[in-house]
Amino acid sequence: MIGINHYLVLSAILFAISVMGIFLNRKNIIVVLMSIELMLLAVNFNFITFSSFLHNLAGQVFVFFTLTVAAAESAIGLAVLIILFRNLRSINVQDMDSLHG
Amino acid sequence: MIQNLMVENPFAHLYLLIILAPLISSIIVGLFGFAIGKRASHSLAILGVFIATICSYIVLYKVQCQNLFYNGSLYTWLTVGHQSFAVGILIDKLTSIMLVVVSSVSLMVHIYTIGYMAGEEGYQRFFSYISLFTFMMFVLVLANNFVQLFFGWEGVGLVSYLLIGFYFKRESAIFANLKAFLVNRIGDLGFLLGISLILAYCGTLNYSEVFNIVPTLANATLPGGFNLITVICILLFIGAMGKSAQFPLHVWLPDSMEGPTPISALIHAATMVTAGIFMVARLSPLYNMSHTALSVIVVLGGINCLFLGILGIIQNDIKRVVAYSTLSQLGYMAVALGCGAYSIAIFHLMTHAFFKGLLFLGAGSVIIAMHHEQDMRKMGGLAKYMPITYVTMLIGSLALAGIPPFAGFFSKDMILESAKLAYQSGLPAGWFAVFTVYASVIVTGIYSFRLIFMTFHGEERFRNSHHDHQEHSHGDHHGVTEVRESPWVVTLPLILMAIPSAIIGWIGFSSFVSNSVLADSVFNIGWYLSHIQDEAVMPVQMVIQSFSELPVYLAFAGILIAWMCHKNPAFTEKFVKAIGPVYTLLERKFYMDDLYINLFAPAGRGIGRFLWNIGDVVIIDGLAVNGSAKVVDLYSKILRKIQSGYVNSYATFMVLGVIILLTFCTRLIFN
Amino acid sequence: MVTVVLFYLFAVILVGSALRVITAKNPVHSVLFLVLAFVTASCLWLMLNVEFLALSLILIYVGAVMVLFLFVVMMLDIDLEEIRSGFWKNLPLAILLGVVILAEMVTILVRRPIVVTGTADVQVLNPDNLSNSYQVGWLMYTQYSYPVELASMILLLGLVVAVALTLRKTNKNAKYQNIAAQVATSSTGRVTMLKMSTEIDQIATNEVAKEVIAEITSADGGSKK
Repeated sequence: MIGINHYLVLSAILFAISVMGIFLNRKNIIVVLMSIELMLLAVNFNFITFSSFLHNLAGQVFVFFTLTVAAAESAIGLAVLIILFRNLRSINVQDMDSLHG
Repeated sequence: MIQNLMVENPFAHLYLLIILAPLISSIIVGLFGFAIGKRASHSLAILGVFIATICSYIVLYKVQCQNLFYNGSLYTWLTVGHQSFAVGILIDKLTSIMLVVVSSVSLMVHIYTIGYMAGEEGYQRFFSYISLFTFMMFVLVLANNFVQLFFGWEGVGLVSYLLIGFYFKRESAIFANLKAFLVNRIGDLGFLLGISLILAYCGTLNYSEVFNIVPTLANATLPGGFNLITVICILLFIGAMGKSAQFPLHVWLPDSMEGPTPISALIHAATMVTAGIFMVARLSPLYNMSHTALSVIVVLGGINCLFLGILGIIQNDIKRVVAYSTLSQLGYMAVALGCGAYSIAIFHLMTHAFFKGLLFLGAGSVIIAMHHEQDMRKMGGLAKYMPITYVTMLIGSLALAGIPPFAGFFSKDMILESAKLAYQSGLPAGWFAVFTVYASVIVTGIYSFRLIFMTFHGEERFRNSHHDHQEHSHGDHHGVTEVRESPWVVTLPLILMAIPSAIIGWIGFSSFVSNSVLADSVFNIGWYLSHIQDEAVMPVQMVIQSFSELPVYLAFAGILIAWMCHKNPAFTEKFVKAIGPVYTLLERKFYMDDLYINLFAPAGRGIGRFLWNIGDVVIIDGLAVNGSAKVVDLYSKILRKIQSGYVNSYATFMVLGVIILLTFCTRLIFN
Repeated sequence: MVTVVLFYLFAVILVGSALRVITAKNPVHSVLFLVLAFVTASCLWLMLNVEFLALSLILIYVGAVMVLFLFVVMMLDIDLEEIRSGFWKNLPLAILLGVVILAEMVTILVRRPIVVTGTADVQVLNPDNLSNSYQVGWLMYTQYSYPVELASMILLLGLVVAVALTLRKTNKNAKYQNIAAQVATSSTGRVTMLKMSTEIDQIATNEVAKEVIAEITSADGGSKK
């Protein structure tokens, strides 16, 4: 039977993969953003799992809010990305170093 | 506060007036001297001191005849924790005597200054200084607590410094005032430490309160096993050593003669240098408890008395002779203090103030006549040109040498007496006291009359010397061809000072010996009291008795030696050659100056340089200031690497943080 | 049995597509694999009886956000080779970190398996009669109505910011701030000193003004000359 731990391990795997994604694609900011989306998905997975197994709907409502914020975040993030590309002609993270010490 | 005072004592106005009159005149003369002119300046300064003098005499009368005392605080000027420091006034018999001495001498000097300083640059400045000095001296004398005493103490030191360097364009004057300043700092450090110890152990700085507490501390010891009272007394006496020019710290006084002569009379003979003597007498209850401290005072006083007196014999500068005689007389006073005869010390202080002031003023009068030539070898035979100066200085010298019935005789004879008493009563350094004071009687006779003979008798050397002098400096000043008596503003103070120099001994003798004049403020030591009750002597008896005792003959012997040397210069020269090395020793002032200049001063500078190079530059600047900056810089350089500005490196650190957190959670699980 | 098979099927697809998201050469492929990952995730959520969120995930993410990503990726002219450089260099470290994180999380789960003991509490209405959408909607519009309003504000903010950031200055009548020019101004550029005399001539039309001006010029003018 599929128990709560199966789902939790699955979300842990997702989270680990997204962390790897951030490291692997150090230069490609789009993939970094997508990795963050995956990370959020893993977190949402946890919320959903606990909500379902504990029969508590608060987790689901929280996931709704997370989705909202994530949507707004990706919209703004992509807008910034477009501005960046317009100014730098690149989405390479290594070029965005105007704040270095 | 001041209102309270009024209610308690109707004479409080008077006490305030004594302090404030010289201060106000000093401020006005100092700040507006140029605006109001020379005449107004000296009138104002003299008026201030004159008011103070009148008030002092009223106070003397009220205190001595009507026993009207006062001890109270006027104003609290500082509160630190539970300790408050007040400006207070203490009027008792000692204060009244000191007030009269200070104000009288100061008034004489003020008047004299008109003549002496006429035409000098900085005329108003000078008057402002001496009025300020008078104010400070009154503050010192009237203090009822140690802080105010210290304030006055430093105040007179400051004015002394300013006045020694009065001719501030002269290299030697600057050297002398710096020397006086530095030497006095050493003394003041001891003084301050003594005051601090008193504050630490008594919890108060008010004289009367301290005297109430002190008997309970008789057996108290400091860490290290030293007796508390002894340490306090010696530390305070170190202060007195600086101010009253006692042996190791005496070196500044001869050099202080760089200042104008009225100053030498007022500050460096009559008043300021006796502040230390006054202080010890004021604290007599404290000193009576420590025979060790008294012995130290006796030894140092004895050294001053004899050995520095000897130096006076070989000086040629007229003012320096008087300066060394001052050192010697201060030594006498210190011996009297050390022997526990505080009232005798004050007696000698008083007589000395008059006759030494007189001698200085007389020397100044001679210097005016000689057109600021101070070398006695270029004087001689002045007696017939300057009769008033001659007679008054003769009186001063007789008083100094202790020839009856002049003032100095009485006070000095009593010091000899009390030294003998102390010896008989078993004071550890008693024999030294007796030896030095008796020996110095001869020395005193020699140097005081050598001055008289060289200046006023013999051939008129100034006529010869002035030829060489003119060759060196053409028309600079015209040499001395016509010697005139000084104007009345100079001779009047001389006469007025000569009178007390001659008679004050008669008046004061009985009351000082029995201590009635200083009762309840100065407490003579036990052995002295028991002796005095045995024999109460009248001045006349004393004079008659003295001719059957040694000291008078010693004094006459001294004068005789001075006369013989004066008549026989050839013999003197032979004698000097015979004792060659000793003479060199004397000429070099026992190498004390060399000791200070070549040993202590370089050592002090060396320590200073060491602290500067190592302590300041390396440790404070190098390690503390620049070091901390360098550490910050180093860390910043490392942390800069982390602040790369790349998003992904921040992400890396974030993930590393997550991993560390997870590891921590895992550890929690396992434990 | 069916649920077990379905779970593993979806789990494998999810993990595989997630791996492809981070390893795909072309970002377009990454986006498409991300879509697949979201779809399988929503399937898994359906298995947990979370219908409302499963469908919203598809609607919001797949329908809106992923399309947005796709637009952006296609719009940008990306140098693929340059972007991928360093991938192989970073791989060992990435694997190490991923494995460490995973191992630790799994260790926690294995050592202390979560045993579900909780039962339904007040927030659950009647689970037998009502659908998941009804229950979540009921909560959102009663207990969580205020946070929902805030969330809508955040979305509105996201909309406005995205528009404001990407707005091109094409309209000539529009007023824009030139921040660089504002910072770079100096006092000399702001104040221009004008000569008064010409101005006076222009203004001086009526009699009163002329008188006043005459006074001023007689007082001031002399000193100017």
